[in-house]
Amino acid sequence: MKLEVSGLNSHYGPAHILFDVGFEVGAGEVVALLGRNGAGKSTTFRSIVGLVSQRTGQIRFEGEDVSRLPTYDIVRRGLGYVPEDRRVFTELTVEENFVVGRQPARPGVATWTPERIYELFPNLGEMRKRPGGQMSGGEQQMLTIGRTLMGNPSLVLLDEPSEGLAPKIVEQMADAILTMKREGLSIVISEQNLHFAKLISDRAYIIEKGRMRFSGTMAELEANPEIRDAYLAV
Amino acid sequence: MEFLLVQALSGLSSAASLFLVASGLSIIFGVMRIVNFAHGAFYMLGAYVAFTLTDRFSGPLGFWGGILVACLIVSVVGALMEMLLLRRIYHAPELFQLLATFGVTLMVQDIVLLIWGPEDLMGPRAPGFTGAIELLGRRVPTYDLLLIGLGPLVLGLLWLLFHGTRWGVLVRAATQDRDMVAALGVNQKWLFTSVFALGVFLAALGGALQIPRTTVSHAMDLSIIVEVFVVVVIGGLGSVPGAFVAAVLVSELNAFGILVLPKISMVVVFLVMAVVLVVRPWGLFGKPEGTPRAAAGLSIRPWKPMSGVERMLVALAVVAAAALPLFAGNYVLSVSTEILVFVLFAASLHFLMTVGGLASFGHAAYFGLGAYGAAFMVKYLGAPMELALLAGPLLGLAGAVLFGWFCVRLSGVYFAMLTLAFAQIAWSVAFQWVEVTGGDNGMLSIWPSSWASSPQAFFWLTLGIVAVGVGVLRMLVFSPFGFGLRAARDSSLRSEAIGINRKSTQWVAFIVAGTFAGVAGSLLAFLKGSVFPENLAIPTSVDGLVMVLLGGIETVSGAVIGAIVYKALAIWLMSKTELSKLILGATIVLLVVAFPKGIVGFLEDLRHRLKPPRQNGAKPEAALVAKAEAAE
Amino acid sequence: MNALLQVEKLAKSYGGVHAVRGVSFALEAGKILALIGPNGAGKSTCFNMLNGQIRPNAGSIRLEGQEIIGLPPRAVWRRGVGRTFQITATFPSMTVRENVQVTLLSFHHRLWAMVGYAGAAYRDEANRLLALVGMEQQAERPCGELAYGDLKRLELAIALANNPRLLLMDEPTAGMAPKERVDLMRLTADIAREKGIGVLFTEHDMDVVFEHADAVMVLNRGELIARGTPEEVRRDPQVRAIYLGEGLLYHDKDQGSAA
Repeated sequence: MKLEVSGLNSHYGPAHILFDVGFEVGAGEVVALLGRNGAGKSTTFRSIVGLVSQRTGQIRFEGEDVSRLPTYDIVRRGLGYVPEDRRVFTELTVEENFVVGRQPARPGVATWTPERIYELFPNLGEMRKRPGGQMSGGEQQMLTIGRTLMGNPSLVLLDEPSEGLAPKIVEQMADAILTMKREGLSIVISEQNLHFAKLISDRAYIIEKGRMRFSGTMAELEANPEIRDAYLAV
Repeated sequence: MEFLLVQALSGLSSAASLFLVASGLSIIFGVMRIVNFAHGAFYMLGAYVAFTLTDRFSGPLGFWGGILVACLIVSVVGALMEMLLLRRIYHAPELFQLLATFGVTLMVQDIVLLIWGPEDLMGPRAPGFTGAIELLGRRVPTYDLLLIGLGPLVLGLLWLLFHGTRWGVLVRAATQDRDMVAALGVNQKWLFTSVFALGVFLAALGGALQIPRTTVSHAMDLSIIVEVFVVVVIGGLGSVPGAFVAAVLVSELNAFGILVLPKISMVVVFLVMAVVLVVRPWGLFGKPEGTPRAAAGLSIRPWKPMSGVERMLVALAVVAAAALPLFAGNYVLSVSTEILVFVLFAASLHFLMTVGGLASFGHAAYFGLGAYGAAFMVKYLGAPMELALLAGPLLGLAGAVLFGWFCVRLSGVYFAMLTLAFAQIAWSVAFQWVEVTGGDNGMLSIWPSSWASSPQAFFWLTLGIVAVGVGVLRMLVFSPFGFGLRAARDSSLRSEAIGINRKSTQWVAFIVAGTFAGVAGSLLAFLKGSVFPENLAIPTSVDGLVMVLLGGIETVSGAVIGAIVYKALAIWLMSKTELSKLILGATIVLLVVAFPKGIVGFLEDLRHRLKPPRQNGAKPEAALVAKAEAAE
Repeated sequence: MNALLQVEKLAKSYGGVHAVRGVSFALEAGKILALIGPNGAGKSTCFNMLNGQIRPNAGSIRLEGQEIIGLPPRAVWRRGVGRTFQITATFPSMTVRENVQVTLLSFHHRLWAMVGYAGAAYRDEANRLLALVGMEQQAERPCGELAYGDLKRLELAIALANNPRLLLMDEPTAGMAPKERVDLMRLTADIAREKGIGVLFTEHDMDVVFEHADAVMVLNRGELIARGTPEEVRRDPQVRAIYLGEGLLYHDKDQGSAA
């Protein structure tokens, strides 16, 4: 297994957010973490990369327990994280954004250069010197994914990559994610948009009120409209 | 003409050190969002350590090497402070960060006194730059020319560092989003420490380079930090080019201002700053702050008017206090009266900073102005105490009207720095305008009317005024005006969208707070029989902040209790030790790190923990969950 | 006829970049109009110009025939424009009822009063507004601990407190559960139609847009590229190319591809 999470509990101050969350991702798999707003998707991701200080549980990445490591160390091991709402560095140019994400090449993992990212997202190649703040939402989403790829990750957590984007751009995003998959990356996306998740995912988990409620293939989810309606209510 | 040129060059050479310190402060603020009050202390340390090293090792290598080593030593000290103190308070409200770094400033003052003694020190001249050259028939020191060249050189080097190196790009990225930098595999702890060390290095360099020009003294830290605050407010906090331009501007204004208004040259700088703030509130090169951080003391528990029992308890406390003269001696009464004066001062500051969300670092200005107002009434108009007590605070009010109009244009740290700068201007006027204020000698013989001249009578008079004053301030919290003020504090966006004029509302709050501080100041003038510039100096402002913080920032009772405990402790401490600043500084740091909610906040938390959970509505925990997720 | 809101040739640019150009539209009382478009298309800029937060470079905004450009947000509000924000803006240190009370105090020009207990002012009126949005049970709760959907409803109550003629809602259902979305929009629509309030809202959830709006406008790169009934806009080939895509990502009755 690429990533195994088990017994994950997280708190914000007095509030208990995640309850014994567990899931796994195999090498080269695209897994969707589905759930409503506030269900705990973002917190799950933030907990995995160590951005939530109060958390317990086991997080094994490539067989090693990373749950006690600081954020930067987890990321340097090849676990990339793309946050919700993008968070590009608005003052920095596209190229400089990539410089921040740059990490040494890692054996056995696709190595990314700015040029290769421009191939994946041709729009970005046309605006290398443009500050991140002067880009559209879709371009920023491409930039934030490209920036994480510069760290040569073997697994990427993508937090709601479709949020706030035009449906048209979301379709492009789906293509890019499938390309990343072909490069051998494991990918976890969190989504509310079931339509989008269906386009790209192999398996899905459903999280609701901080607990895992469902696990199965996309076909199984399709065959279970009750579950879908109960937890996603599209 | 020649004279003007020389004056301009002299201004430019002063600008170098100012720029070094201001750019260091700006860089640190950019990345860490902390205004490092201790920056003046590092400037001073740089000068003292450089003095010792250049004194011991002579020759060019000894001098320039000594300066470099001094800066490195001080930046190591800075790095240690970052690791031991700042890392614990990165997520605290701005006010606490300012206070903690001010606490360090206080500690450094006493440490410098212990190591280097109280005398001013005269350092060596710079080898190779001892002479002067003739320019248009006037002699200009070559060392000044060196400094003039140094400013643009450092500016250029910093630009290269931030745009040409990966470290620089990382720093610029972290300036915007620290967590995101970590989430891309960068060890931000060390990034922060290195940035802080760089900023401190620049401050120490600014100080070390001063030793061939001026004596090394204890007043260096506060005088430079005020000037630096003015520079970054004009130039824009976080902007290095802004720091450069503003440092040149301020230095030139000082150089020429002294020709126009020799007594109060600061006023010229103040006027320019005022104009800049009206035209560009974020400084010449600054950007508007993003979403402001939560103001200190923003509690999740809404305030409620007192219950009947609580009212009874307060009435009892006042009655008990009124009984004090029946058995206490004169010394205790005089100390108690002083404590009461500071209770009103702290309550007025609390109103401004907690209810209004405006943490002022210069509230003593209005306290001191009230004191001077009363003294002027007595000295120049021969007014009796009763009239002076009524009219004196009007000077505090006038000051608040004038300064407040500018201050409420800003918020957060900008507001704090601007209030501090205004207070310092008021102080320097009181200090320098000897004909009117008596300068450092103060104004003496401000005595109460005969009926109130006994310690007992004056205590009762003070108790009455203070009780009414605090009561009025608390009543204001629950008045419609108080509601509007709290609304403007909670959300400036929403308050403007429901018809509230935020600036006017906060301006009025500023004036109210300044007036009550002025009442306290007038009382102090008659209690002490004298008025001194120190009444409106920075330490008095900070005393007020510490009182509020110690008692607990969230409630009026906190300000009252904090003032009582703090003032009593301070008076006791002064009588026991020489190192009161060291202890006070350490106390502030400890409070901020360990007890940010103060005495009353601690008790309130205890009370809420002991109370059974609420019955109505959903569990607050569930709501917090939703909020935490939504906030992401 | 004279529309409630008449916007003509509205334009705004930042440093040479045209955020909004030549936007014109009208809104009648009691109608619900949606403004959609990709992120960065200029929707927020439009909204901020309408309530006075940003001053446009050119154009006119007339509310019931009167020009409102140049007025600060608080003056626009006094003319009868209520607004909710994309990220809710309320007063977290006050109770839910106090949030509404302070709005009512402002509406009645009473915020400068320094005596009297504000917690007793306009209590009934505040309770009525809270009941209207279904928040009367939570009146005493600290606003800071409300759930997200409740905050949105409180914001609606605040926005209704000045008897607005026009309601601006910036992504009113963002971040809400699907059931909450439907409830909130239905509530808004009912109130608007009953009181004759014109509503302009932005939204990314096409299901919400197509179900609740009387008319839809599409903004792209600062320009209006389409407007019409939801049905017309949905079929518009240009809108499909630029914004809606192949219809894989919302309920599309035509293609039958929805879940």
